[in-house]
Order: sequence, then structure tokens, then C-alpha cells
Amino acid sequence: MTVKIVFFASLSEELGVNSVDLQISGSSSVSSLISQLADQHSADWLAILTAENIRIAVNQNIIREDIGVTDGDEVAFFPPVTGG
Amino acid sequence: MEKKIQVQEETFDLRAEYDQLRSVSLKVGAVVTFTGTVRDLNEEESVKVLHLEHYPGMTERELDKIIDEAAERWDVIAATVIHRVGDLCPGDEIVFVGMASQHRGDAFASCSFVMDYLKTRATFWKKEKTEEGARWLTTRESDVTAAGAWGKSQLPAVEATKLPKS
Repeated sequence: MTVKIVFFASLSEELGVNSVDLQISGSSSVSSLISQLADQHSADWLAILTAENIRIAVNQNIIREDIGVTDGDEVAFFPPVTGG
Repeated sequence: MEKKIQVQEETFDLRAEYDQLRSVSLKVGAVVTFTGTVRDLNEEESVKVLHLEHYPGMTERELDKIIDEAAERWDVIAATVIHRVGDLCPGDEIVFVGMASQHRGDAFASCSFVMDYLKTRATFWKKEKTEEGARWLTTRESDVTAAGAWGKSQLPAVEATKLPKS
């Protein structure tokens, strides 16, 4: 099962990528996705993705707490917005 | 209600957007439009280029929800939001919000509301490129206060996601 993970603005710059496809086994929580990403890349990823003020959206809806994700879901990490 | 939401690199034609809002219905008695432009002076550095990035798909969905909430609060006959992305220069137009209502009170209030909510909810990010280097802008506290002043919203709060400590 694959989850698409996308990063925006300062986050994608700090991580050096815009998106990654992550293989998961069965249903997984967002926090366990972050651990999995940190294991695959570096401890910096854990620090960057759990930094203060980071917003997370699952399938383009902001989540306020940890939730489960499954095959085909899109998980986005981004800083507070600054448009307008 | 007629809705138009566009995220684009090109600029927009104020007159054409206004005409479109006005011509939706003969019930329209007030059209309020807001245009945001790129300022040259931001925190005392000379801005050369303002780069705008967004989250395609989510941005349009958020703008759609914001307009719907405005239409629940006020009489809105037609609404247009256009936001530019890519590289912009000082003086360029960056955002357009136009609201058409029967009366001016609804048009003024809904236009102001959409703009305040756009600032805190729509997934856009600005990066300033100056002679001194490039940096991502941070949210201004006054923008958060402005959106909060409209009272309790149907839309879920935009807060940092709380994850369990690992």
C-alpha cells in the first residue's frame, strides 16, 4: 500500500524534496508515517516534520490530531500560510 | 450563487472581472472589489521578486469553503477570487476578491471576510527574494487577529496538528 506525501514552501526546501511515495503495511497513523520517513532518511526529517506550527493535511483537509491513513491517501506537511 | 475561483500566473483584468460580477443578475445592487498588490518595502529590505507557491487542489477547495461560509453569513449573489502564483514584482497585482450583493453592506462585509479568511486559510506561501538573499515569509499576528474577529466559524480552526510525543 502506498501513501503519497507532499511538502510545501520552507519544508520542501529543508527536506530537499517536494514529494515521496511511502510504502505502508495496512493502516498506519500519521505519526508512524513520520517515524518511518525519519528511519528511511535522517533524524533531521523527524525534527523538521514535528517542528512547532507545522500543519498537516490528509486528502487536502487539515487534521488537528493524529489520524489513520490508508492506501492512496495524500498527506501534506506545510508551514502556516502567507498568501493574499 | 455564482462562484469563480482561479489560481493563475497571469494577471487579471479588473474591468472584466467587475463586469462579470455585475452582469450575473439584475438583482445585483452592489459590487465590492478588493485588489492586493506587491509592496516594495517589507521589513525595510528592497524586495526584488516575490515568489508565490500553493498547494494545487487544496487551495481551490479552501477558497470554495470560504466563499460558501461568506454566503451563509451575508447575501452574496456572485463571488470571484483570483490569486496569482509564480514570480511577482513590486507593484504587481497579486489577489482579487469581488463580491456582488443586493446591498452594499453585504458586499463590503463579505469581501472583507473572504480576504481575512484567505490570509489565514488558503494554502499559499510567499518567498521574498531580495539583494540580501531569499526567505519565506511568516504569518503576521494581525492577520490571525483579523480572521478571528469575525467570530465562530463553521470551518475547522487552522492550528498546528497535535501529534503524540514519540
